[in-house]
Amino acid sequence: MIKVAIRKRLGAFDLDVAFENEAGVVALFGRSGAGKTAVLNVIAGLTRPESGRIVLDGRTLVDTDAGVFVPAHARRIGLVFQNAQLFPHLSVRHNLLFGRWFAAKSRELIAFEPLIETLGIGHLLDRRPARLSGGEIQRVAIGRALFAAPRILLMDEPLASLDSQRKLEILPLIERLRDEFGIPIVYVSHAVDEVARLAARVVVIESGRVVAAGPVEDVFGLAAVQAGESRFDRASFITGRVAGYDAAYGLTELHHPAGTIRLVGAAGPIGRDCRVIVRATDVTLAVARPPGLSVRTVLAGTIGQIKTNDGPLAMLVVNLDGHGHIAAAATRMAVDELDLAVGRRVFTLIKTVALDEHTAALLRP
Amino acid sequence: MFDLSPEELTAIHLSLRIAIVATLVNLPIGIFVAYVLARWRFPGKVLFDGFVHLPLVLPPVVTGYFLLILFGRRGPIGAFLAENFGIVFAFRWTGAALACAVMSFPLMVRAIRLSIEAIDRRLEDAAGTLGASRLWTFGLVTLPLALPGVLVGSVLCFAKALGEFGATITFVSNIPGETQTLSAAIYTYTQVPGGEASALRLTVVAVVIALSALIVSEIVQRSAHKRLARFE
Repeated sequence: MIKVAIRKRLGAFDLDVAFENEAGVVALFGRSGAGKTAVLNVIAGLTRPESGRIVLDGRTLVDTDAGVFVPAHARRIGLVFQNAQLFPHLSVRHNLLFGRWFAAKSRELIAFEPLIETLGIGHLLDRRPARLSGGEIQRVAIGRALFAAPRILLMDEPLASLDSQRKLEILPLIERLRDEFGIPIVYVSHAVDEVARLAARVVVIESGRVVAAGPVEDVFGLAAVQAGESRFDRASFITGRVAGYDAAYGLTELHHPAGTIRLVGAAGPIGRDCRVIVRATDVTLAVARPPGLSVRTVLAGTIGQIKTNDGPLAMLVVNLDGHGHIAAAATRMAVDELDLAVGRRVFTLIKTVALDEHTAALLRP
Repeated sequence: MFDLSPEELTAIHLSLRIAIVATLVNLPIGIFVAYVLARWRFPGKVLFDGFVHLPLVLPPVVTGYFLLILFGRRGPIGAFLAENFGIVFAFRWTGAALACAVMSFPLMVRAIRLSIEAIDRRLEDAAGTLGASRLWTFGLVTLPLALPGVLVGSVLCFAKALGEFGATITFVSNIPGETQTLSAAIYTYTQVPGGEASALRLTVVAVVIALSALIVSEIVQRSAHKRLARFE
């Protein structure tokens, strides 16, 4: 359980952030320069806030009113840096053992071999960091932080420097750490899909302030809050129950009251709830159920909101039958010609090729 | 012509001893001061920085005279050390080592400071989040990464100490066998008739010592660089 409420003067704006998280992954989401990394630095003890409190598992780490400031090395907070910051003069093995050696006093060591195996870095142990690839560096950095036996793990855009293939390697790894090791994580990112996949809760930060916080579906589902202004950054989440896997076509079917959602690949076991991220640009709207389309996912709903201005584009939010919302980008021309208005029944069409197992997050049973 | 006389050998031996002692004494203090200048922020830092570099810009004779005032037999520090610890600097080789250490100190600090400043602070931050206190971080991360600079600083310090003349001669004079270093001996030989051959021999020796120090440091530094991964 972590509780954070801090104020700090930064260059361009003042940081004023408060949030708390019980367990699992909380994402700090926002554009670059919004102050996300500054928050992590304060939590880790690398910088001092002007005022505020940080409490981790009942232990007060910072309380400016009471004059409490626990130094970084005594906090037991793991930090995975954006650029890993592996020690260049030490081998991978010694990088990994660095924090473990200091943790040895507390006698809550994480066993070496199993974690090495989970991370898949057994063959790298004698190498120098300079001779590792980007994905390997991040895996070692995650391992190094975990071996220090932290109470909580802070991750600062750990995937930002990786190509999409490497990202798909590391994402399941972080999921396993979350589920198998049960370590709470504060995950900083500006990528919607990473947040969707990993986090249960999200805190949206804009210019140093929290503009929205809550469960991922609530925060991203409504068009009210989106960190990205661009229509390509708009996305929403739909949760469905895994109904089956069609091995012949390689598609997973999810049950949702508004219709059946199909996605590429095997998303998970039948009966588990699964959350899919849908980009607003991948959604097409139709006023009647259209025949003869290649689209495999058709969800029925009612228009809940239309946001438009004099520009060519409009952003619509459809309240799906049953539960959930979906954001759809359309042209203003289409809105006018189809006579779309709040309260109108519509069908949202989602190309199945835009959804796959990597963008789907299995929710905890 | 390379039969060195006993007097010349004494001067060489003394110079080496003084330069090595000066370097070794400077090393821990130099590393500490370089770290302070590179990493700490405190009021009066500019003044402190200036004070550290003073011997570099002052005329050596002035520095030597300061030492004489402070560390001479009747100087406040000199008298205190002599009475309480039996350490005497005036007109002893230890005084020559002190003068050389003071004169070469800024060179050493500069080299080490530059290499500490080149280290990414986030590496030190990382060590902190892994449970290493400031002191451990310094020992396990900062110092190893600054090693090339420490080597360069040591060689510079050694070379400067070997060639120091003005401050030494002002502070402890030019006593053969006690404070007459290589440089002082060369100067003395050039002042007496028939001393040219001795002066030349000692000059060659000085060149050889300085060059060897440079080459050794270069070799050590290269191997250190090979082991140290470069920052990408």
